Amino acid sequence: MVTEPLIQVRGLENRFGDHRVHEDLDLDLYPGEILGVVGGSGTGKSVLLRSIVGLHQPNSGTISVFGGDLMTMSSGERSRTERRLGVLFQGGALYTSLTLQENIALTLIEHARLSRKDAEHLARMKLALAGLPPEAALNYPSELSGGMVKRAALARALALDPEVLFLDEPTAGLDPIGAAAFDALLKTLRDALGFSVFMVTHDLDTLYATCDRVAVLSRGQVLVADSLDVVEQNPDPWIQDYFHGPRGRAVAAAHSQHTEEDH
Amino acid sequence: MPTAGSLKIEGRTVVLQDDWVLSCFNDLRKQVHAARPGAELPADDVDWSALKHLDSAGATLIAELLGSERLTRLAEADTTLAPERKGLLLTVARAMSGLDATPPTRTRGIRQSLAAVGRTITGFAKDQKLLAGFIGLTLTTLAAIVLVPRRWRVTALVAHVQRTGLNALPIVALLTFLVGAVVAFLGATVLENFGATIYTVHLVTFAFLREFGVVLAAILLAGRTASAYTAQLGSMKANQEIDALRASGLDPMEMLVIPRVLAMVISLPFLTFVGMVSGILGGALVCLYSLDISATQFVSIIEQDIPLNHFLVGLGKAPVFAFVIAVIGCLEGLKVSGSAESVGQHTTSSVVQSIFMVILLDAIAALFFMEMGW
Repeated sequence: MVTEPLIQVRGLENRFGDHRVHEDLDLDLYPGEILGVVGGSGTGKSVLLRSIVGLHQPNSGTISVFGGDLMTMSSGERSRTERRLGVLFQGGALYTSLTLQENIALTLIEHARLSRKDAEHLARMKLALAGLPPEAALNYPSELSGGMVKRAALARALALDPEVLFLDEPTAGLDPIGAAAFDALLKTLRDALGFSVFMVTHDLDTLYATCDRVAVLSRGQVLVADSLDVVEQNPDPWIQDYFHGPRGRAVAAAHSQHTEEDH
Repeated sequence: MPTAGSLKIEGRTVVLQDDWVLSCFNDLRKQVHAARPGAELPADDVDWSALKHLDSAGATLIAELLGSERLTRLAEADTTLAPERKGLLLTVARAMSGLDATPPTRTRGIRQSLAAVGRTITGFAKDQKLLAGFIGLTLTTLAAIVLVPRRWRVTALVAHVQRTGLNALPIVALLTFLVGAVVAFLGATVLENFGATIYTVHLVTFAFLREFGVVLAAILLAGRTASAYTAQLGSMKANQEIDALRASGLDPMEMLVIPRVLAMVISLPFLTFVGMVSGILGGALVCLYSLDISATQFVSIIEQDIPLNHFLVGLGKAPVFAFVIAVIGCLEGLKVSGSAESVGQHTTSSVVQSIFMVILLDAIAALFFMEMGW
């Protein structure tokens, strides 16, 4: 790929006490791609995500987001850059005291200076885009099922048409049908809206269904970041276990069968 | 900076120009509304060639301008559109087709306000019933475990006594000391007119033995501990920990509620005693320095003129208040549903309710003791 990466992580180091989570970690995210980030528990996938979006101050290393470093930016510049990022947190993190349409309208009103009426109208469009029925717009997050919360959180992450979407375990806690629908939705929206996706996931199905590239985190570094075919062949024992363990084999078999049917 | 987009209508062709993005939304919306004042726009072709940037907000406006069906038809038929732009327009059009033009609203009117009043009142009645039921449940659980030492949660009890009682000691002592001094000053000022400043001693000791010691300590615990109980149990409820206890055959009443209630019932009488002593000390200090009543004189007046029953009346109320405060705190915690916001609401409600109940019960008790001549 010759295009410039949108996000460039170089020499990232994160420590918690004596525990080194990341050590000299490099990672790129290119425009328009869906990058899956996998790794065992405790390999710092979520910490990496938090570091990139500026919620966690790394111990050392540089993270360039659209060519600038969030940590050294002035607050105005940082806010402008953050508007170009959308984050879907693991639990959804919807504001519980607001209805769904207010959840989304909030950022539109604050950043795009829309009137409340227009913002709520756009918010309902975003909710429909994320596949929620129109009646759901007036529900509070506590009245929704897990899958609907994920969709609503996706709609909120998309509120300002971000250029990069960060997803933390988007399909965790969804039933297989809901998860597959979410995968399809993500691909459709990516194709339509043209954003890049940085996705932390454990879900092999999602990985096979959506990701253009997969980055494997292990021992504080990115072992390999490439297309699935290449990653699968990596001799690292963890990768072999992950992709060629019982679950990995089943998913890979199902997926290759599926693609053959498509062609 | 994007250049705000514009639209022109040339015959039956809509010409879209420049940037149709969120940052120009207000401007674009005015143009769209002007071009389409309620009626159908007579157009059957769109010239996309001058359109620069487009995002989902812009696409929404285009869908509004043309109607989602026509946009789908036109975008599908068009061959000049870039595939990703076509994808965006079609996706937005599909999303918009499911939406009604009129937003769904939660209706507000006189009927709704009346219904809200009714709901509040029946809700209040239900809450009282629930509280009475919960008190009964607490008492029966207590009766069931009192004779079975194996089921006493001594560790939990001691931990709660430390948190609710011991840790609250300094603040209770300080607060009652200050109030004691204030009451003595008040007494001194008013009684001076009658040349009866010596009765300040009586005022302070009566007030603290009968009322202030117990009420101040109870209100402090209502604010400090009832809220803590609600927040603890509430977050456990929100996290399904209470359900987990039930599902594994353990009784949350026995495990969580009883130790807290007992800890409060044990702590409050001690805190009341501390409150009485330190309030009287505050009064004694003011008497010593501004009324020249020496400490010995102060103590001998108490000894001669203040019968023991005032102390007992004050102290006797403490376990009752403690029980009510703890039960309200625990019940509000168990009423929490799901969200973090609910924990906050019930914490507020538990403090308000327990302070209200303390003052109400104290007023009833004051009447009762007066009639009884105690």
